[in-house]
Amino acid sequence: MKLELGNIFIKDVIFSNETKVVDGVLHVNKEAIIEALMQDPRLAKVDIDLAKPGEEVRIIPVKDVIEPRVKVSGPGGVFPGFISKVSTVGSGRTHVLKNTAVVTTGTIVGFQEGIIDMSGEGAKYTPFSKTLNIVIVCEPVEGLPKHEHEEVVRLAGLRAAALIGEAGRNVEPDEVKVYETLPLFESVKKYPGLPRVGYVYQLQSQGLLHDTYVYGVDAKKILPTFMYPTEPMDGAIVSGNCVSACDKNPTYVHQNNPVIEDLYERHGKDYNFVGVIITNENVTLADKERSSDYTAKLVEYLGLDAVIINEEGFGNPDTDLIMNCKKISEKGIKTVLITDEYAGRDGQSQSLADVDKTADAVVSVGNANEIVHLPPMKKVIGDPKAANVIAGGFEGALAPDGSITVELQAITASTSEVGFGTLAAKGY
Amino acid sequence: MLKVVHYINQFFGQIGGEDKADTPPLVKEGPVGPGLALQQALGDQGKVVATIICGDSYFNEHVDEALAEILRMVEQYQPDLFVAGPAFFAGRYGIACATVCKAVQEKFGIPVVTGMYPENPGVDLCKKDVYVIKTGDSAAQMKDAITKMVKLALKMVNKEEIGTPEEEGYIPRGIRKNYFAQERASKRAVDMLVKKLKGEPYSTELPMPEFDRVPPAPAVKDLSKALVALVTSGGIVPKGNPDHIESSSASKFGKYDLEGIVALSSETHQTAHGGYDPVYANENPNRVLPVDVMRELEKEGKIGKLHRYYYATVGNGTPVAKAQQYGQAIAKELKDAGVQAVILTST
Repeated sequence: MKLELGNIFIKDVIFSNETKVVDGVLHVNKEAIIEALMQDPRLAKVDIDLAKPGEEVRIIPVKDVIEPRVKVSGPGGVFPGFISKVSTVGSGRTHVLKNTAVVTTGTIVGFQEGIIDMSGEGAKYTPFSKTLNIVIVCEPVEGLPKHEHEEVVRLAGLRAAALIGEAGRNVEPDEVKVYETLPLFESVKKYPGLPRVGYVYQLQSQGLLHDTYVYGVDAKKILPTFMYPTEPMDGAIVSGNCVSACDKNPTYVHQNNPVIEDLYERHGKDYNFVGVIITNENVTLADKERSSDYTAKLVEYLGLDAVIINEEGFGNPDTDLIMNCKKISEKGIKTVLITDEYAGRDGQSQSLADVDKTADAVVSVGNANEIVHLPPMKKVIGDPKAANVIAGGFEGALAPDGSITVELQAITASTSEVGFGTLAAKGY
Repeated sequence: MLKVVHYINQFFGQIGGEDKADTPPLVKEGPVGPGLALQQALGDQGKVVATIICGDSYFNEHVDEALAEILRMVEQYQPDLFVAGPAFFAGRYGIACATVCKAVQEKFGIPVVTGMYPENPGVDLCKKDVYVIKTGDSAAQMKDAITKMVKLALKMVNKEEIGTPEEEGYIPRGIRKNYFAQERASKRAVDMLVKKLKGEPYSTELPMPEFDRVPPAPAVKDLSKALVALVTSGGIVPKGNPDHIESSSASKFGKYDLEGIVALSSETHQTAHGGYDPVYANENPNRVLPVDVMRELEKEGKIGKLHRYYYATVGNGTPVAKAQQYGQAIAKELKDAGVQAVILTST
């Protein structure tokens, strides 16, 4: 399967009467997008705002972040199972409005939503301080149950991203990146001397606002399965999460999964990157046993020599991470884990809820309990009071001057466990 | 010039071996024994003004008196820096160094440093609070140990940034700190994977700790006579969350009265937990804290009695060290109240 990603580097974004790309500037027809989103009767009000790198702007509470893209050739369309019909993606050509992101906010859905600061201390920790953000502010009709509220905002974000991404259809990309993975036997034949490497990609599926979707299927209901690496790169995985903002994977992060990108980087040289195994993080022990058994079995069946495993979230999913690590290691297959830590504000607590001696190669993306002070911003999109209730916040987190003191936990993608950032932690 | 006070045992204090281990604390002006190496390492930056010597047996058998006396001696000299040992693999000496260092640091707020072999029992007593330079297991490594101790101590005095255990040579204190690495984490993972595949050395960024696994208590023999309590990390609190228990990373637990309550309801209780969709718990809080079922069991005589109070905190993102503290505090109260069994519910 071969995917061409045509990156169109966007320099600026402005409101306009037509959604289009002109000389690297993205024009957004705000009214037309609002009208399209308002087709969902469960939305009472939608507004669109812009937030650019370096501006004194805060977005809170952030639900999801999505990269606008359009499928220009090959099977399927954007976000199969949601926006497009279900058909296999990951081949053909997709155009990307690089440097832009659709960010959803509005009334808080669940406690675990995040903060994006476009400048100041907070901007260092979130990758989305560096993107030109088109912020969709969604207000649901009154009395909407939480899980429907989540769905409404999730769909609004995906729809907006699809509408905006359409602007890139007929634009000549500034660069085209090609990613290719061969069918298993062909791949092994092509690289006979190289060790075979895979990626065990844990998807948040604890339920009750902790959900991820694969081709529209709730990941709770899947058995671990095998994918071409280009499928998640092409929108097959969508976030439906209100998990702590720091370590949930927004849809943007699934689209740009850096483990997949970096595994491709040395593919064919140091190893043969064979593919991706997706698995879930369900809450019952039976589910955990079944999924980790199944994952280890797939890793063995595919004849892999080593895998990278990452979790999404913390606490409960730590057990999935460790069970996967243990069961795969016991088969004599090498593992490297990526996780964040919850070592307490003073950094003195035990970092994970579960550990095992086989977890001897771990990359840490930082202690999510560490405190950060976010200066007041000139403009806040959304509701700053969310700082007092979101995960990582606390009563009094929002000071009268508009500054916010929170745990890193509250900052969107700050401790991304697919390793999106450079943050790390070490022992003293 | 810095005033330095040095603590050593009777052996290094040249008073005698095991036969003199019951020597009570005494103080000598200037450096003694390893103090000479200490003075040499300090050079013209500091002066060992006094050496406190105490027998290892005396210290360990009279901790309170010995410590009080040693602190009084330290106070006399108003030092800028306090150095103890190094104790190498001498267990009682290590415990004395650890105890004295912690007390001096706490009482006078001055930099303290000691040195020990990692398996010395003194290490675990103080490593969280005090820098312990990692030494070999015998006095043969005296010079190396003293050099590292002085280097680190001077950094502390000058309020310079203290590096990692590898850089400074101290025993890891178990404190995790964030920093920005050169490469993104996914790249670091791929690099580590390649090294592991090739059998090259690599270092994990998160060494695995010892995991504290608690064996379940034996079953209660006769439940029909037992006083049973409910404890939850699912965040069920009286309506309005009177103690403001945080939705994540809880800084406290609450104790709430169940007297006269037959079942919880959406009118009286709610969840404070931020880790799950609260709709179902708020609709019927008994789903997380089963007071209704417990009352039925009480009526049917299957349990003796439901304890009058329940305890609640939020498990979401709460550090293990905090959870352990809450657990110990709650367990103590429950034991004092004569509770024989506890039902723990999560989310």
